[in-house]
Amino acid sequence: MSGVVEGRTGPWEMVIGLEIHAQVTSKAKLFSGAATAFGAEPNTQVSLVDAAMPGMLPVINGYCVEQAVRTGLALGAEIKLFSVFDRKNYFYPDLPAGYQISQFSQPVVGHGTVVIDLKDGSTREIGITRLHMEMDAGKSVHDLRADATHVDLNRSGVALMEIVSEPDIRSPEEAGAYVRKLRSILRYVGTCDGNMEEGSLRCDVNISMRRPGEAYGTRAEIKNVNSVRYMMKAIEYEAERQVEILEDGGSVALETRLFDARTSTTRAMRSKEEAHDYRYFPDPDLLPLELDAAWVESLRAGLPELPDAKKARFIEQFGLSPYDAGVLVAEQDSAAFFEAVAAGHDGKLAANWVTGDLFGALKKAGLGIGQSPVSVDRLGGLIERIQDNTISGRIAKEVFEIMFESGRDADTVIAEKGLKQVTDVGAIEAVVDQVIADNPDKTAEFRGGKDKLMGWFVGQVMKASKVKANPQMANQVLAKKLKG
Amino acid sequence: MAIDKATVLRIAQLARIEVKDEALDELAGELNGILAWVEQLGEVDTEGVAPMTSVVEVKLPRRDDHVSDGGRRDDILANAPEAEDGFFVVPKVIE
Repeated sequence: MSGVVEGRTGPWEMVIGLEIHAQVTSKAKLFSGAATAFGAEPNTQVSLVDAAMPGMLPVINGYCVEQAVRTGLALGAEIKLFSVFDRKNYFYPDLPAGYQISQFSQPVVGHGTVVIDLKDGSTREIGITRLHMEMDAGKSVHDLRADATHVDLNRSGVALMEIVSEPDIRSPEEAGAYVRKLRSILRYVGTCDGNMEEGSLRCDVNISMRRPGEAYGTRAEIKNVNSVRYMMKAIEYEAERQVEILEDGGSVALETRLFDARTSTTRAMRSKEEAHDYRYFPDPDLLPLELDAAWVESLRAGLPELPDAKKARFIEQFGLSPYDAGVLVAEQDSAAFFEAVAAGHDGKLAANWVTGDLFGALKKAGLGIGQSPVSVDRLGGLIERIQDNTISGRIAKEVFEIMFESGRDADTVIAEKGLKQVTDVGAIEAVVDQVIADNPDKTAEFRGGKDKLMGWFVGQVMKASKVKANPQMANQVLAKKLKG
Repeated sequence: MAIDKATVLRIAQLARIEVKDEALDELAGELNGILAWVEQLGEVDTEGVAPMTSVVEVKLPRRDDHVSDGGRRDDILANAPEAEDGFFVVPKVIE
């Protein structure tokens, strides 16, 4: 779906902004020494601070601050050397203090940019409004008992980075590309594992519709989208829903809606009889967060090569298309694998093999690049045999499959299966002579001017040689013999 | 700024405190008294003075990222009116 919905009365344009909650990959929580590991027994990773026992005071985790700053730097954003923690007040059973410690008026990171890569190879800049640190709430479980809710505070106090985009996104595709790119950047700098299933990356969607070029309309916020695919579906549904309301002369309600994955629809979440009033104020338990400019610069200097820089380098250094380069740099491990294979080989050929056969086989087998049965050296070895004409590209695919299944190297597979390409002119001539002798009718037709039969002859020669004949040579010999 | 009965009621609702109608007038009076007292600070000229965030000359202390707490579920649940299978149990809340 594009970003424009054609209504009865004309086109409507989507205006989308995303709020991403990214869990910092720290061992301990933002304000306590309790563990953050996913999947522990309920309430076993809770300190008295996380349970908001009276008199307990928060002490900030320096590592979490560092990761928030590094993320900000990776987003090309302004780092604020002075920021403040505020209390966001609301009541919910999984928030024992009755407030969440967050950053409201003075966040640690200001304006930044994410460059998104679109399918056609083009890019677009999406603005980042801010990034701030906050603590997560606990988890409510509603389905253990019909008459009660169960509360687990293990997640209470875990460090989050809330990354807010400008309303710059215009289609479900762009929203998907934005989340994927942001996730890629977070993984490069290692500040968040980006695992949406486990909730370490969560996404809230703000969407409104407008006539192209006109002022923004009223937005709705969609929560509970825990995959990129669901997020795109939620946007598609919500856009249609809002257009229907607007075309009927109605107005969209400013409300929070929940995405239902089973039906791919959204529904209103809470009634707004009491508009949110969080009564933010600076947390008197925490002093302002002051950063040293030299420290920030040292973090900047320590950042790894980021996806955009790597992509540009791959295009320049290996002559890759922007699309292939984008696919390769999405994951740091894939990029490193490709680069190792490309060293000493043809870069484009290496890219084709990594993004094509290797990624395909890994996906089918449900393996990550780190678990590839075909190592960097072995894929390099296979490519070498294509480059030195030992095997054709077509045979190479067969060799690769056997290598992937058996874990053996290319030379062993080629020798065992007798797949070495026939480049001996005499041998190819013998096959060609046989094919011509076996098919006098076709030979006569060809000689009578039916040039198109050439392809058929090449096919017969390849078949007779069990695909081992070098295709270029087969062509040459055939042309010579048929015409002569 | 003056606090009326409606504002008192709203503050009470936000704080989840039940306030009887007959107490609203008295509370509004008390809150207005507190605000008026604090308003005296407005007499001081603070033009160009940065807000003071603390009376002590210390920076925000930071912890190292290591696990030093947790694993005390019995303590955590000790005061819970109801607990089950390691969870707090609260009245049903459903959106």
